Order: sequence, then structure tokens, then C-alpha cells
Amino acid sequence: MFEVNEGIIQVSYIIATILFILALGGLSNQETARRGNWYGIVGMAIALIATILGDVTQNFEYLIVALLIGGTVGVIAARRVQMTQMPELVAILHSLVGMAAVAVGFANFMDPDRLTHYVGIELTIHDVETYLGILIGAVTFSGSVIAFGKLSGRIGGKPLTLPARHWLNLALLIGVCWFGYQFVGDSAAGGGMEALIIMTVISLLFGIHMVMAIGGADMPVVVSMLNSYSGWAASATGFMLGNDLLIVTGALVGSSGAILSYIMCRAMNRKFLAVIAGGFGTGGGTVAAGGEDQGEVVSIDPESTADLLTSAKEVMIIPGYGMAVAQAQHIVHEITQTLREKGVNVRFGIHPVAGRMPGHMNVLLAEAKVPYDIVFEMDEINDDFPKVDVSIIIGANDIVNPSALTDPDGPIGGMPVLECWKGTTSIVLKRSMATGYAGVQNPLFFLDNTRMLFGDAKDTLDEVFKSL
Amino acid sequence: MKIGVPREIYAGEKRVATTPEVAAQLMKLGFDVAVESNAGAAASYADAVYEEAGCAVVATADEIWSDSDIILKVRGPEEEEAAKLKSGQTLISFLWPSQNPELLKQLTDRGVTAMAMDSVPRISRAQKVDALSSMANIAGYRAVVEAAQHFGRFFTGQITAAGKVPPAKVLVIGAGVAGLAAIGAAKSMGAIVRSFDTRPEVKEQIESMDAEFLMLDFEDEDGSGEGGYAKVMSDEFIKAEMALFAEQAKDVDIIITTALIPGKPAPRLITAEMVQSMKDGSVIVDLAAEQGGNCELTEPEQVVTHNGVTIIGYTDMPSRLAAQSSQLYATNLRHLLTDLTPEKDGQINVDMEDEVFRGATVCINGETTWPPPAPKLSAAPPKKAPEPVAVAPVEKKERSFIGPAVGMIIAGLALLGLGAVAPASFMAHFTVFVLACFVGYMVIWNVTAALHTPLMSVTNAISSIIIIGALTQISSGNEVIKWIAIGTVLIASVNIFGGFAVTRRMLEMFRK
Repeated sequence: MFEVNEGIIQVSYIIATILFILALGGLSNQETARRGNWYGIVGMAIALIATILGDVTQNFEYLIVALLIGGTVGVIAARRVQMTQMPELVAILHSLVGMAAVAVGFANFMDPDRLTHYVGIELTIHDVETYLGILIGAVTFSGSVIAFGKLSGRIGGKPLTLPARHWLNLALLIGVCWFGYQFVGDSAAGGGMEALIIMTVISLLFGIHMVMAIGGADMPVVVSMLNSYSGWAASATGFMLGNDLLIVTGALVGSSGAILSYIMCRAMNRKFLAVIAGGFGTGGGTVAAGGEDQGEVVSIDPESTADLLTSAKEVMIIPGYGMAVAQAQHIVHEITQTLREKGVNVRFGIHPVAGRMPGHMNVLLAEAKVPYDIVFEMDEINDDFPKVDVSIIIGANDIVNPSALTDPDGPIGGMPVLECWKGTTSIVLKRSMATGYAGVQNPLFFLDNTRMLFGDAKDTLDEVFKSL
Repeated sequence: MKIGVPREIYAGEKRVATTPEVAAQLMKLGFDVAVESNAGAAASYADAVYEEAGCAVVATADEIWSDSDIILKVRGPEEEEAAKLKSGQTLISFLWPSQNPELLKQLTDRGVTAMAMDSVPRISRAQKVDALSSMANIAGYRAVVEAAQHFGRFFTGQITAAGKVPPAKVLVIGAGVAGLAAIGAAKSMGAIVRSFDTRPEVKEQIESMDAEFLMLDFEDEDGSGEGGYAKVMSDEFIKAEMALFAEQAKDVDIIITTALIPGKPAPRLITAEMVQSMKDGSVIVDLAAEQGGNCELTEPEQVVTHNGVTIIGYTDMPSRLAAQSSQLYATNLRHLLTDLTPEKDGQINVDMEDEVFRGATVCINGETTWPPPAPKLSAAPPKKAPEPVAVAPVEKKERSFIGPAVGMIIAGLALLGLGAVAPASFMAHFTVFVLACFVGYMVIWNVTAALHTPLMSVTNAISSIIIIGALTQISSGNEVIKWIAIGTVLIASVNIFGGFAVTRRMLEMFRK
């Protein structure tokens, strides 16, 4: 067989690293995104082939079988998944990375060569690396599983706020540190497995507890944060194995996830720590808490909505999580198409935190074949609202709440929102008058130029489409 | 009760107080409707169509005046018509009681209930009854049509094989209902439209029609009077305003004036000199001609030419669009009658406690009830003290440098400590790690929000590079390690293939 020496492996790793960086860079733009994905695939292929040829000396048959089974499962899952379930899929895939990090860590620890290979401070550092890799991997794993459960509705979206949960977290953290100290001590003497297992259990509990405490509306932050963790887990594993490719790739993924989390937090005007500390977003929405009378809402029927739409020149559609729940993206596209054929300028305004993961709405609209050049970000389009004749808000609430601007001390005070009330008419599609995740009443509904279209988004839009 | 609709006898009046369509709806309210023969002919509603809708078509006006309980008209009754009215009848039409005190007296003396469509209070609830707005809307539109008729060129700019045509410039003075309608019509014909009004609150409405609002640098004066109408302005204001008009007159091709102040003669806004300064072929449409005109040279009901400038002073714009204005006016009347017959039994009940009915009714049971107590409502919210900038300003906090500085020092010391004890091999890896973090930061920062989901799934696929770890372990002689590694390869490959495949699938969907 072709002899692959250390130098060739290193060069392959460098090429793979560059390809990964190009992959992430390619994703920054619609035109280059597909190429970016191919860079990633090629980079991964090069890294795999180089490692297999260089490091694997036996058990090829098991390796091939495992790759085939895993690959088949992965491709089938990717084909079958509904676009509305994309956040769940991403979450469960994150958990696999976490699990892999834990497994690699344990396998590495069990390798008897470890004690001969490393001595003194090097052994300590190696043990700390192993410990950290398993720790992050375990948190990623259990956290992702819980996130998956929450996103798929298997676990309620309500934040679980245990009493004194911050103290509990602190206790878990101290426990992890203490067992880490134990582990490093025992490991030099050939033991340490018990400490490692106990720490893993604590980390799993920590991951569960952390994500359980976070409400549904903060899920975009959680998903991207877990994405970040899966990168750090890979990076820690890279340190443990002394493998630069793992370190670099893990760091790329880790920092990209961290930045996404930061962008999400900024879009909600919240502190990252506050989101992680949890307990903010509530479950299925609560009915407006008593308090001041906001006035009356004016409802509208689908026929009049269709009339308004056909007579408008500028229409803005603002989708929210409700559109995903009702699977209404296809009918939205058909309405868009019909209106555009009639010469109505239909555009989409997307709030950064609409939906359950970053960019969720864009994916749904893309799935429904809405051309991406009429889909705009909040910052691009917010100044255009005074010229808009009709805004349709589909299953969104907090992201169009004017009190974010007028009430700086409110729960969503200071959060940038889509200022649809500056347009001529806003039509809000909603199932009921329940509040959004932030639990604040939305004064938009009571404005003179707002009309409420109650009902399931898909059913009502079907009727609107019929009347067009 | 029986509703009668006589033919309008005022010279040149083409409108009619009800249309066949509206008559049919009135019958649903329990009324009988009789229409004088040929009442709708001038507005293109033939007798046959009224009969089809179920109306009785009667030959003479006398039958209408004597047999009806309610008489619907457009213009107020002429003297001989009013003489036919008798006690117990109800008359609904335009009456202009302040300009026609004799008519008001005559109506009161005859003991009829008279409701003036021009006196309906301007409140939100009564908008559907607001015939003045309906007519003003039509007048504004028609003003543009008349202007186009007398204007020798296109409204819209064109570049043709035969040369370039500049767009016409239209100035609309007074942005009430008529002014806004004129702006809309002129704009949709392609003209460049500017507009001026003394009431600053209409600026937004003008701009919403895509016209340019001409600002006067006058801070303190607000021209909003009672009921959403304009009021008389101060001398300095008028001076500044006139200067603005004089300047605009030289530039624009068409001026449409709609400035009216309730109960006052129309303000003189366009002087003879301004007309003089306009280009040949320019057109002025003076919608205030009936109240004396906004232009000095306007002659009511006439079209005159001065120095090549055509000045249109028609006072019957709505009547010139008779079918449309009849339809809208008839609908306004129907709304009023619907409110007057809450039981839908064909019996009207003029409830004088109701603000709308109270405002519209000028005499009842031989008693003059005009003018009504003044309503106190304006379209604009009451003036507030200059608000502190409404939107919560992004607080530019004086960011303390101490926090980040302390953090940096601690991080630096920690790194130094690490460097002091860690072996060189670790530091090499660590360098790579830190640099990679920065590369990731630089690369990701530019990603468009639309691609966040594909980005996450691709980074997820890439992070399964952890499979490399398992690959280095799979050849181990230790059975446990081998099987753990095989399991890891399995789950990581799910991630690799699944992640890239799903990213591809998503990206395929994004299209222009």
C-alpha cells in the first residue's frame, strides 16, 4: 500500500484546515454558499483519507462497516427531515459530537501507553485535557438531547426553574473541579477511572439542568451555543491527542457558534449570561395579565384581507414561529407569487430571532421556493415601513411589539423590533390574544391601523388565497 | 315610511340623491322608495333600472313632494320646492344653513324635520355619513381631469424617439380631502406633485401619497382649527406663505387650490402678479371659486385666460362626475338612514341626544336647532409639550475601562503562568488554537443572517472532525478501546454525512 508518512498527513491536515476556513467563508453569501459546502465536504474527505491511510493499521473492515452504517443513517435523516424540524435535527446532531468527544476521551484514558508516553507536567496537562474534553462533550451531549426534546415538543418549553438553581450550578461546578483534582492525582498512580465517571455524570446533569432552565424563545441562543460547545469539545480532544487539525477545526466551530450566540443575544438586547442563566421565556404563552385596558382590537375576515392585499402596492410579510408551527410557508409563497404577478411588491422582513434557531425563517421560506432576494433582514428593511401599505404578521408577537421601544424598562425593552406599525395597515394572524414568549401584552394589536385575523395561520391564509 | 327622490331642478345639476342599487338597500330597511321620472337620467341611471330595483317611478315632482315622508335631495330645495313641504315630513340634503338663513327660516316655519348633510359633525363615527368628504374627493379628482383637459402637454415625463418630454409639475394648495385626492390623481398620471398646507399634521398624509410637502420655516404656528379644518393665520405667516407661492408659481405648470376656512371667504393666495409670472399654457384650478376663490383672477363657474394662463373656476365639480358622486352621496344618505332606523322597520327616529343626528338636524317641529353645540375634536392629537425624543435612545454609556482592563490583565497573567509551566509541545498547540479562534471570528462575522441555519449545520458537520480521534484509536489492540472507537466512528459519520447532506439540501432551496 501507498506509504503515507507523517509529512503527508500534516500537509493533508493543512489543506483540510484551509478548506474548512473557506467553507465557513463561503457560507457568508448566498452565491458562494453551495461552493462553501463542497469545500467542507472535500476537506473532510481529505482529512479522513489521510488519517485512515496514515494511522489505521488494522480493523479496516469494522471501520468501513461503521462508516457505511453511519453515513446511511445520516443521509436518510437529512433527506427525511422536514424543514420545520431543522432545529431538532441540528440539536440531535450536536449531541452526537458531544457523545463522540466523551467516547474518544474515555478510550484515550484507557490506553495503557498513556503512562509511558507522558510523564510529569506533560501527564498532568494531558490528563486535564482529557478531563476537559469529556466534560465539555458530556455537557454538549446532555444539553443537546434536552434541547432536542424541547424543540420537538417532547419536553415542555417552559423553563424549569429549580429553587436556588444558581447555587446548584455552583455546587456542580465545584464538584467538577474537586473531582478533576482527584482525577489528576489518581491518574499518575494508574487509577482515576472512578473520578472520571463521577465527573461525567455530574457534567451530564449540568447539561440537562442548564438547558431545562431556558425557555422556548431563547432556543436560538441555546442551539448556537451548543454548536459552539461541540466545537470546543472537538478542540479539547485535539489537545488531548496532540492533533492540530482537531484543535483548529474545533476552534473554528467553537468561535463561530459563540459569535452566532452573541448575534442572537444582541438581537434580543439581552446579556448572554442572562440567557444562559435561564428562566426567561415561558411556555405556550399566557393570556394577557390583567392590568390596564388596552382598548379594543378590530378583527378582519380573509376576504377583506385579500381585498386589502390586492389594492396595496407595497406588502411586507413578517413571519414568526407561528408560521413554522402551522406549516404555512407554502401558502405564503403562493400568495406572494399571485400578488407579485399582479404587480404588488411583496417583501419579507425577518427578525434575527424569529423562529427557534438562527436563520430558521429563511430556511422555511427557501423551502417554499420564496426567492431569497425578496427576503430582507430587519436592519435592511426597517426604514421602509412608512411606505408599506399592508404588513402581514404571521404568528409573530414580541418581534413586532412597539413597547420594546416605548417602554425601555419592560421585559423586552430596548430589543430592536420590526416597526410595522409605521405602515398604513398591519394585519396580525394569530390564534388567540395570548401573549408571546416574553409574556408582555402587545400594544400593536390595539392600534387603529391594526387588524386581527384570528385562526390557524395556514387555514386562514388558504382562505385569503382563495379570495385573491 | 315612504322615501321620495325628486329630480334636481337647479340649473346644470346632474346628480341624483339615490341610485337603483342604494334604493334596493333602502327597501331592505323597510322603506318604500319613489323616484321622479328622469331623476337619474343626467347621472346615467335610467328610470327602467330604478323600476327593476323595485322603486316606484312617478311622473311628476308634485307627487313626490306630497306623498313622501322622507325626501332625499342633493341640493337644498328651491323656494317653490320648499313651499310644497308640510309638517311631519323629513328632508335630507345639503342645506348650508349659515349661507341660507331664509331657507332655514322657511323650513322651520313649515314644521319639517330638516337634516343638512353639510352639518354632519366631523367625528370618526360619522365618517360614513360625511358627504362633504365624498364630494371633496370627487372635486379633487375632477380638478386634475379639468386641468389635464386645458393643459397642452403630458403629465408624465417620457423619453420618446421624437424627443424628451419633461413631467408636469403640479402644486396642490390645501391638503384636505380634495387636495389629497388631487395629489393622488395627479401623481398617478405621472406628474411631479408638491403640496402645501398650514396644518403641519397633514405632512405625513401628503408624503404618504408620494408628494413633496413644502415646508415653511415657521415653528410656532399650527393652522389646525376646530373639527380638523384650517384657521386664519398670522400676518407674518401669510407673508412667508405668499413668498413661497410666488416662487413656486414661476416653476410649476398647474396649480390646484383647495384652501377653505369654514365660515370665511376663501383666502386670497394666488395674486395677479403670480399668475403673470406663470409659464404660458399653465393652468390654475380654483376649487374655492364658490367662496370667492383662492386666486385673485378666478371667475366663479367660468374658465378664463389671462396671459396664456387658464383659470378654471367651476363650482360644480362633483356634478361633472355625476354618476360617481350620485353613488357616493346616495351611499352616505343610506348610512344615515340606516342609523336612523335601528329597528329596520322603515320608521325613522331622530334621536337628538345622538351627536351625529343633533349636528345634522337644523330644524325640527317648528324649532330651529342650528347651529348645534360645537364638537371639540380635531384630527390631530392635542399639541403636547415637545416630547423628549420618543424612542429610547441607545445609551452610550461611558464604558468603564476598568472592567475589561482587569479581565485582560488576569487573562494575561494566567497565560503567562501557563507558559511558565507548560511544555513547548503544548504551547505550540495552544498558539494554533488561539489563532484559529480569531480566524473563526473573522470569517463568521460576515455571514448573512439568512444563512445562519446552513452555517450551523455545516459547522456541525465539520465539528465531527472528532472522528479523527476515533480513527487513531481504532487499530488499538485493546478490545474495549477498539469497540468504543468503532462506535464513535459510527456516530460521528452519522453527523458528517447527515450534516453535509442537510446543508446541501437547504442551500439547494435558496434561489433568486
